[in-house]
Amino acid sequence: MASLDRVKVLVLGDSGVGKSSLVHLLCQNQVLGNPSWTVGCSVDVRVQDYKEGTPDEKTYYIELWDVGGSVGSSSSVKSTRAVFYNSVNGIILVHDLTNKKSSQNLYRWSLEALNKDSSPTGVIVSNGDYDREQFAENPVPLLLIGTKFDQIPENKRSEVLNRTAFLSEDFNAEEINLVCARVVLFSLKFSLST
Amino acid sequence: MSFVVDSVIMFTSQVLFFGFGWLFFMRQLFKDYEVRQYVVQVVFSVTFAFSCTMFELIIFEILGALSSSSRYFHWKLNLYVILLVLIFVVPFYIGYFVVSNIRLLQRQRLLFACMVWFTFMYFFWKLGDPFPILSPKHGILSIEQLISRVGVIGVTLMALLSGFGAVNCPYTYMSYFLRNVTDSDILALERRLLQTMDMIVSKKKRIAMTRRQMYQRGEDQNKQTGFWNMIKSVTSTQAGSENLSLIQQEVDALEELSRQLFLETVDLQATKERIEYSKTFQGKYFNFLGYFFSIYCVWKIFMATINIVFDRVGKTDPVTRGIEITVNYLGIQFDVKFWSQHISFILVGIIIVTSIRGLLITLTKFFYAISSSKSSNVIVLVLAQIMGMYFVSSVLLMRMSMPLEYRSIVSEVLGELQFNFYHRWFDVIFLREKTGKQVTGTLNLWKAHQKIWQGSRGN
Repeated sequence: MASLDRVKVLVLGDSGVGKSSLVHLLCQNQVLGNPSWTVGCSVDVRVQDYKEGTPDEKTYYIELWDVGGSVGSSSSVKSTRAVFYNSVNGIILVHDLTNKKSSQNLYRWSLEALNKDSSPTGVIVSNGDYDREQFAENPVPLLLIGTKFDQIPENKRSEVLNRTAFLSEDFNAEEINLVCARVVLFSLKFSLST
Repeated sequence: MSFVVDSVIMFTSQVLFFGFGWLFFMRQLFKDYEVRQYVVQVVFSVTFAFSCTMFELIIFEILGALSSSSRYFHWKLNLYVILLVLIFVVPFYIGYFVVSNIRLLQRQRLLFACMVWFTFMYFFWKLGDPFPILSPKHGILSIEQLISRVGVIGVTLMALLSGFGAVNCPYTYMSYFLRNVTDSDILALERRLLQTMDMIVSKKKRIAMTRRQMYQRGEDQNKQTGFWNMIKSVTSTQAGSENLSLIQQEVDALEELSRQLFLETVDLQATKERIEYSKTFQGKYFNFLGYFFSIYCVWKIFMATINIVFDRVGKTDPVTRGIEITVNYLGIQFDVKFWSQHISFILVGIIIVTSIRGLLITLTKFFYAISSSKSSNVIVLVLAQIMGMYFVSSVLLMRMSMPLEYRSIVSEVLGELQFNFYHRWFDVIFLREKTGKQVTGTLNLWKAHQKIWQGSRGN
């Protein structure tokens, strides 16, 4: 059991966007009944068959590390959070489609997670402005997920999807990520609206 | 003609204050949230604007700016508006937003909001009964009734805040209270945290793998039939699920431990930062202020005790008394009237500015600590209510700091309030709060010491 390879994925985003619900959905295949604030970090594990059905099939443990808090936390919280960012294989950025601020804060979240090595005190080196250069050489793959799609009224949906398209482009996410994000969006829509 | 000019001046200043409140709301309070209900922002800025206008009128009173009739008119107007806002508008919206958050009552929001508001009014009215504020000369809905109740709540708040500030300030600034935290302590704690996380992960992996195997076995078994296979399936799944629930309990315990470790690490990091800050120049300056301030607090407690024990309320204000002392004992002759005006202006100005600034900073810190995306609207409105009541009662209490001739407008407008009562009430609450806080403060400090040192040195 422990001989399976592990993949560590961070789940980052503002407070209340639905990270814990998302992680619970992915790992336990059921909707989280009573979501509460995440203090510190909560981890969940999913057993995933990579390339299922092909001769290259391999089973992995995907560890989803759901880090709680907000970008505006004090520096002591940020430096404590930084211990979770070691040896990360991928990052899932979660934002709330009904709340524009949470999408804007994703830049700061990704900077915090990626800049962890250059500033051991946890203080963000840049002033938080978006800089495409930093994402150009980023070896860590990013996935953007927008939640609460079902809470948006019908007439605003295309506008929201446009905005998220620009967002994934800004993160230098490849075309496939964009499609995946949308697929996850729709599938989340169907399963989270229960 | 002068009335129109004065009104224009007042209106302009009100618009300025409104703009400042708006900016403060957007930049400071709601930095991380999206403003979805602009009503909240408007209500907050309006409360702030009218509170600041009251202070401005006091300053004008001292300076003698604007004609006295228009000052009087604006006082009355301002007071009515702020009472309207504090008693009708803000509580109603608080009730409305609280009810909106509760899913059950979504349909009948307005109805429930009105019910909440009526409950608030009932308790608000009842508040006045045990206090000596009802005098038979005035009717039920007069301004004195409302102001007196608002005054009681506001003065209590002020005393609580000052008491809290008085104890918290030395603790925050003085390095005497800082424990010695080294980098190795923090590293050791972080290592423990990561170890705990790894243990949680390995247990969850076992659970996930067991579940997956059970699921696969369950699929296989559905294909098999037969009596013996059914018995086998029952017993094996029972053993599996019992095992699972045991591991799940261990995981829950470990998760609780990881949360505790996380919070302790944050605490240590914060202490380490404070130690670093105290070594800087700014830190040393605040440290010195802390010593000075704690001596001042001790003096204040002493004075409050004397006031209560000897049943005495200070009759003269500090300005006049200071001038008397200098004239009588030091023999310095100067124009009393001229200087008293300027000195009281400066003193009152300082009090106003520091109290506004202190209140806004405290509100911001409080807001960051407890708000979430759901409750941010309610909390901001509660803060606006506190702010309005605090400012109204500052006006009441400030009366004591001003010389006699300037007190007239406050007394005239606010009617026959028993001002002495408010001063006594302030002293009582301040004292109770302070001694209570000190006792709990030292207890908490001692407990925290024990916990951290036990934890980081290993059980």
